Amino acid sequence: MFSARERYSDVKESKGQVEQHSHLKYPHRLNFYDIPPVEDITIEEFETCAIDRLRVLAEIESSFARNRPYDELKTITLAQCQKHLPLHSSSAHTMDLDSERRRDHIGHFVLRLAFCRSEELRRRFVKAESALFRTRYDSDDHTERGEFLNSRDFGWIKVQDDERDLYREELAAAAPITKEANADGGNYYKVKWTRVPDLVEKRRVFLKGGYAYVPSREQFSIVFQEFQMTLNKALEMTAKALPRLDEDTRIVPILNNLSQGFLAGVSSEWSTASAAEGGGITADMVEDLARRHFPACMRNLQETLRRDRHLKHFGRWQYGLFLKVLGLPIEEAIAFWRKSFSNIQEDKFNKEYKYNIRHLYGLEGKRANYPAKSCTQILTADQPGSSDSHGCPYRHFSPDNLQTALLSMYSSQGLTAADLPEIMSTVKAGHYHVACTRVFEITHATRGVKKGEGVGDGESVTHPNQYAARSRELERGKATAVKVEADGDVVMG
Amino acid sequence: MLAFYRRLYPFRSIFGWLNHEHAPTKLFTHREFAFTLQGDIYLRYNSFNTAEDLKKQVCQLNPTRFEIGPIYSARPRDKKTVRPTAFTPLLRELVFDIDMTDYDTIRTCCSGADICARCWVFISAAVRVIDEGIREQFGYKHLLWVYSGRRGIHLWISDKEAMELTDEQRRALVGWMMVIQGGKEMHKKVNVRIGSRPLPPSLQMSLSNLVDVFGDLILEDQDCFRSREGWEALLHLIPDNNVVETLRKQWEKDPDRSSSDKWGDLKSQVSALVKGTPKRAALKAAMEDIILQYTYPRLDAEVSKHRNHLLKAPFCIHPKTGRVCVPVDPKNIDNFKPEHVPTVGQLLRELDEVTATVQAEGAEHHSDWEKTSLKPYIDMLDAHVMALMEETRRAKRKTDMSW
Ligand code: SF4
Ligand SMILES: [Zn+2]
Repeated sequence: MFSARERYSDVKESKGQVEQHSHLKYPHRLNFYDIPPVEDITIEEFETCAIDRLRVLAEIESSFARNRPYDELKTITLAQCQKHLPLHSSSAHTMDLDSERRRDHIGHFVLRLAFCRSEELRRRFVKAESALFRTRYDSDDHTERGEFLNSRDFGWIKVQDDERDLYREELAAAAPITKEANADGGNYYKVKWTRVPDLVEKRRVFLKGGYAYVPSREQFSIVFQEFQMTLNKALEMTAKALPRLDEDTRIVPILNNLSQGFLAGVSSEWSTASAAEGGGITADMVEDLARRHFPACMRNLQETLRRDRHLKHFGRWQYGLFLKVLGLPIEEAIAFWRKSFSNIQEDKFNKEYKYNIRHLYGLEGKRANYPAKSCTQILTADQPGSSDSHGCPYRHFSPDNLQTALLSMYSSQGLTAADLPEIMSTVKAGHYHVACTRVFEITHATRGVKKGEGVGDGESVTHPNQYAARSRELERGKATAVKVEADGDVVMG
Repeated sequence: MLAFYRRLYPFRSIFGWLNHEHAPTKLFTHREFAFTLQGDIYLRYNSFNTAEDLKKQVCQLNPTRFEIGPIYSARPRDKKTVRPTAFTPLLRELVFDIDMTDYDTIRTCCSGADICARCWVFISAAVRVIDEGIREQFGYKHLLWVYSGRRGIHLWISDKEAMELTDEQRRALVGWMMVIQGGKEMHKKVNVRIGSRPLPPSLQMSLSNLVDVFGDLILEDQDCFRSREGWEALLHLIPDNNVVETLRKQWEKDPDRSSSDKWGDLKSQVSALVKGTPKRAALKAAMEDIILQYTYPRLDAEVSKHRNHLLKAPFCIHPKTGRVCVPVDPKNIDNFKPEHVPTVGQLLRELDEVTATVQAEGAEHHSDWEKTSLKPYIDMLDAHVMALMEETRRAKRKTDMSW
């Protein structure tokens, strides 16, 4: 492969700027993923391609959960793709098309491995991938799409002129000729009706002897069904073959991680160079900030801390790291926790808790730079016991308690009881972070956040720090989007 | 009942029909049978290796009836011992159920469980439309219509492709076939047009078959619009207030006008409008929709949508009427008379007479049914099975050749 690539670059040089896309290893922007990648892939590529794709898919899932109309889903998805998974048309000569397409190819196949392992994962993966494929198909250049369609056997039979004349009336009655169809030459394709159940159900085709006559403008239905069916079959095959993969100990934890993130509905790890933004948060400011900017999980911890003057281990860990990333420097952190644990003797605090806090900041123990917990981690790891207060209220509170808590936390910012049914039904469907995103939108409506905008660009909440930072940003009147970095961990400067 | 199962029930033919060839395959061995015993005891997930096994069990349990379900990925009787994920329905005949009770809002002769020769005409119209639609549009050939023993009819489609349909595809096919939708609260039950466009071609075809039925059955025989309730229902379906008011006034003055007259009144109202106007087009469309609403087959959609639906086996006895659920020839549906279908009592009497003569002559009696009025029906099933087996043989030869 490598040598082939070199040859291509020779060609490129000799031809100068007029590089033909037929020279590409991936001649088409669209991919049916019939063939797995065969070259060597580094473990890093393996992981990053998958994570980037996962971000896009997770956003698609939340769009489903929020019942976004297709057009909106398409806009958001394409914006997400632009960010994480750009895929340019073949006419974009200046881009490294092959490497974009390779990333797309690899990411898809890694996620197949991660998502083939249960019926539920397979179903959701197929649904999200199909939506992704559809947005790309719809946004593909007309000619290039035609080339792609010709590159693969979709098993349709083009209806010949004499047959078209024979059934002219029926064809027209089933699917009237529109201007658009005329532009397409008014072609019809014949397929077994079972391949276009959606068109059959709505009587949008002419049916004869088990064949559906699909007008070219509905051709996508065939492609779409085929995509779903092929992927579904492939996933089942992969699931059967997967046990062999378990031998590769480097890959399995990555796969587990990926599928877990998807199950929680969240993929991206959020990070910000908050310290660089001047931080400047002091111990005294925390309570006030909490009221104005924190998501429910952190509000709950802050309130428990004030009430009980104590937090248990996991709660300290979740809240402490969050505050660290929010920009609370170590000295202020010590002051904050000292003040909050007002029932604890100076001695005991210094001996036990101070060490703890320094540990959070990487100044004790293995001196690791611990990232703050993302929603995925909060949602799935370290399930809270009955006396714990960490976790995510949307997931870990009973419905009654959650409603009471939300009203008491957020009614001053505009949340009313009338908002609760929508939020609770999202929670019931297991889309906790979507519920959280909705609360964000409601409580920031006065700052001009509209339904569906999420924490910017339609993105959902994936990290409590993202939530808080975006909220503070809106307050400062800064409209710039929250910065999401490619690498997963939050790094303190 | 036991004597019926022992001596008359065509287990061999039923086996062939379910199995598509002579040697037992998964089509039979992985097939679910469910038994209803006296006292409403319901036994699910039974399966059998051979026709003889099935017969033995049926004779032992002597069920009031039994039902046929899908072919699962494992033997239904092993359900408890296999992983739940390894036990899923794979194949199943595509089935339809048409029941007279769905016509209660239209028919004037009977209601509820009752049925007479006059209302059977609704069923025969439905059979003609569905039979033709399925063959023409979907290209299926192996259709078996079975009288349900009282007031309805079932259709079993055994084509390979039909057996393999997923639930999603079944849903789509039902969506294609279903025209009458909406419950009691919905006056207009036909909503198949997109905007003001003409009917889709498949329904255009059905409509041309149903115009006559509408005239003979709805206007003449059932006289559906004679009563105030009847004509008000009709007026509800007319999308033009002026026309509705005019007709109402006219009919209230002369309430005894026959349905044909009233339909004629509506027609002349429409013809009086200027040709080519949207108003007139809308009324013409409404009239077509009315014909469909009164005559188009009313399907029980849920039965058809899922592979794992159970349906009563052909040749069972209807517990209330005692009639056998016999196959019906769709080409001859207009001559089918439910009240001529043999009852179990009648058959057993015939059998006793035969046995008496046979014993006197000392001959064998292993095909008892041959001598009873069940014969033509079993012959009909056997012919159906033959065609099915022939198709299987042909398909097999084809794959053999392709090696
Ligand atoms: S969704 Fe995330 S940010 Fe929101 S409350 Fe739950 S864990 Fe916190
Ligand atoms: Zn009747």
